[in-house]
Amino acid sequence: MSPGPDLLDGTFAALADPTRRAILARLASGEATVTELAAPFAMSQPAISKHLKVLERAGLVSRGRDAQRRPCRLEARPLRAATDWLENYRSYWGEGYRRLDTLLDELKAEEESAGDRRPGGHS
Amino acid sequence: MNNTGTLMVTTPTDREIVLTRVFDAPRRMVFDALTKPELLMRWFGARGWNLVVCEVDLRVGGTWRFVSRGPDGTDLGHGGVYRVILPPDRLVYTELFDDQSYPGESLISHEFVEQDGRTTLTSTLLYASREGRDIVLSYPMKRGVAEGYDRLTEMLAEIQPR
Repeated sequence: MSPGPDLLDGTFAALADPTRRAILARLASGEATVTELAAPFAMSQPAISKHLKVLERAGLVSRGRDAQRRPCRLEARPLRAATDWLENYRSYWGEGYRRLDTLLDELKAEEESAGDRRPGGHS
Repeated sequence: MNNTGTLMVTTPTDREIVLTRVFDAPRRMVFDALTKPELLMRWFGARGWNLVVCEVDLRVGGTWRFVSRGPDGTDLGHGGVYRVILPPDRLVYTELFDDQSYPGESLISHEFVEQDGRTTLTSTLLYASREGRDIVLSYPMKRGVAEGYDRLTEMLAEIQPR
């Protein structure tokens, strides 16, 4: 998957705020109304609505059609794209480190067998 | 600390990339793996890259020269000068790529911290300019997201729906 740069930038920008992350964390356990979302925060509903608009623009949250409640729900796809991007990034650098893990295991085994042959250990 | 194997990538300033990784080995061993050519040849390189030449003159002011072979068979030379050599605590050297894909010399500092037989390796890559740093950041995906989002990976894992 290679999401466009603009989409990823929007995702990361939206995630850069702690309130918006808390909203997403709440929505990960199921949809909620603005009132329900605002409850745990020391914030007015309009302030929460502003955060929701940012999340909606980034495609991270969608609103239900029910005119009264307009429940918010989490849209997983942009999050997954962001995670995939980071994972790809980490695996790019991480591959050499995984080879280093293997090498270090081999070095430790060599040292142990050398120690077995020469009791008394390190010189 | 039981996060062996997890690589952390952060960008604390606009000219730096910091890589942090825990290894299940004493730090003198990790230090050797970063400074002895016969060991470097066995692991060094990002995804798809391997060392084909590895020369190390391990003294302050001494030079190092690597040739890395990429996934498509292209060879890329890079090298630099050792600035600080304090085994097993600290290693600092400069790096310059032959192809100058980003401008200027970068400074690479490795810190080795050991606890209970495990080593935390923190590598700070300081680039000559923000542009240079961003070019390096863009290698994995050929694009340049340059903002620093510390701990974003963990945070994403937390809110990722199952």
